[in-house]
Amino acid sequence: MSDTNSSTAAVLIPHINIPPITLRRRVVDRAMTGVAALTVVVVLVPLFAIFAYLVYKGIGSINVAFLTQTPKPVGEAGGGMANAIVGSMVILAIASLLGVPLGIGAGIFLSEYGRNRYGDIVRFVSDVLNGVPSIVIGIVAYGLVVLPQKHFSALAGGVALAIMMIPTIARTTEQMLLLVPQAIREAAYGLGVARWRTTLSITLRTATSGVITGVMLAFARVAGETAPLLFTAFGNQYWNWKTDQPTAALSLQIFTYAISPFDEWHRQAWAGALVLIVLIVAAVAAVRIAVKHGTLAGA
Amino acid sequence: MSNQALPRPRFNAPGPERGSKADLKIEARATPLLQGKVSEIPDAFFGWAMRLCGLAVVALLGLIVYQLVVGSELSWHAFGWKFFGQSDWNPVSDQYGALPFMYGTIVSSLLSLVIAVPLSIGVAVFITEMCPTGLRGTLSFTTELLAAIPSVVYGLWAIFVLVPILRAYVQPFLARTLGWTGLFSGPPYGIGMLAAGVILAIMIIPIISSITREVLTVIPQHQREAVLALGATRWEMIRMGVLRNARAGIVGAVILGLGRALGETMAVTMVIGNRPEIAKSLFAPGYTMASVLANEFTEATGNLYLSALIEIGLALFFVTIVVNALARLMVWSVTRGQPARSIA
Repeated sequence: MSDTNSSTAAVLIPHINIPPITLRRRVVDRAMTGVAALTVVVVLVPLFAIFAYLVYKGIGSINVAFLTQTPKPVGEAGGGMANAIVGSMVILAIASLLGVPLGIGAGIFLSEYGRNRYGDIVRFVSDVLNGVPSIVIGIVAYGLVVLPQKHFSALAGGVALAIMMIPTIARTTEQMLLLVPQAIREAAYGLGVARWRTTLSITLRTATSGVITGVMLAFARVAGETAPLLFTAFGNQYWNWKTDQPTAALSLQIFTYAISPFDEWHRQAWAGALVLIVLIVAAVAAVRIAVKHGTLAGA
Repeated sequence: MSNQALPRPRFNAPGPERGSKADLKIEARATPLLQGKVSEIPDAFFGWAMRLCGLAVVALLGLIVYQLVVGSELSWHAFGWKFFGQSDWNPVSDQYGALPFMYGTIVSSLLSLVIAVPLSIGVAVFITEMCPTGLRGTLSFTTELLAAIPSVVYGLWAIFVLVPILRAYVQPFLARTLGWTGLFSGPPYGIGMLAAGVILAIMIIPIISSITREVLTVIPQHQREAVLALGATRWEMIRMGVLRNARAGIVGAVILGLGRALGETMAVTMVIGNRPEIAKSLFAPGYTMASVLANEFTEATGNLYLSALIEIGLALFFVTIVVNALARLMVWSVTRGQPARSIA
């Protein structure tokens, strides 16, 4: 009803009949505020429940053996996930080596060369890539790496995760580079600095902390991924230092243990989940600190 | 304006001033201050290297399509469209039909939307319109934290906390009150379609609510002020001035959430029960396209079996692509004109 009012209101201000705020409207207003606040509570409950349960269940099961030993056969107590922790790190390192340069390059393209139709295509495609289910990426990496190699491998897992990192990194890098004022680029050009040099040493350097935040976002997103590793890295009960052999990963191990019928394995799954989250947070925090205080500090 | 002052030959400024071809031609004759032509080759090299990176993103999508299409050829030739119409999934007799998986994916995703949409819109409205400004940052950070938990950890929590709660309290309650609909009948296992829907809802709430928040903040302040000036209460202002204008964007956010729910694998696989049957009751176990891939891909022995699984992957890929593209366009239709910030 106020839709029709709004057009006439400007003309008729002195005589407008503002409807009184009746008790009913007041009650509805309060009630809706209450409902909205309630939704926040409802949403936050699972969050705290998950973290609380994770810490409660996980802390008791983490010990030196868990962090230094490989899994024990079914039925034997003890053992740990050391090989899975290292395996996850190897896979993530491969993924970062492949995905980060390509993603940042695509981001530079989008912001410095892609303010046109071609850029729009790449922008749209990377947004679409972002929504491809991770399990489908796993199939692609399987066909791309596992089949030719005839092996499940850490490399295949790394490729799958790299494919997932690229679109996120590209889009955040683009946004961060666009925030760098045009005048700074022009100042460099004005001094006769070549364009490639300007992009790398001026624009990218100014945006360093933002770009790294984007990279860490992508990293954190893929660090806990399980689905694309199921048939690429595959998992392994033993130590493996070769990148062309099946490799254990923390998330895979958690999955295997969680759906198993053994209490001992359930306990270890909780411990693994806690370690996984702590490691992700630690990695992100470490890079943040390095950006702020260390050698990576931007201009 | 500063174009005239630029000494670089063939300078192509990114940003609003680009496109003045005439200026650039004249400038090409100006003498550069430093380095001269030395930088031309590295410049060209760098430019093309970056373009290659951009191209790689597009190529990646092409590669995904190629892999899936080639991989599923065998199954496509064997079953054709019938693949999506029959519900028989039998590796022993090499008969494959994707219907139960499609049903499971669609029902679990829709169920999660039913739960997640009102909650996420409520959260977004509360954070942008109602909550004290001091609390705003903390609340949005905390809700976004939900998105940072790995899927497998959600699954773990669902198996050991959510499912027992559903089994002991929620399912008996639903069966008593809504059992007559037929949606909530049968033995309350805990594990099943309902559990999958609930855990999916928890997982997509941060996505829907953060994009909805993005859309709501784009609504101009004077819209709100205008409605308030007409004597609206705060809720009426939100309903008429904010939510109505943000409709398309909110629908886009919901569809993006749907896209995420359709492709979600691990948490669903861990609680849905993994039985390829179509049952009316939400208490019954089901199976989704993503979880059949997760469970059976490494065990697929025959070529046709593997090909059928890849075809399910292709279908899943296709559906999520369409859903995501649709959602992006809808979100863009609201936020366009604003600096393209963090819609991702």
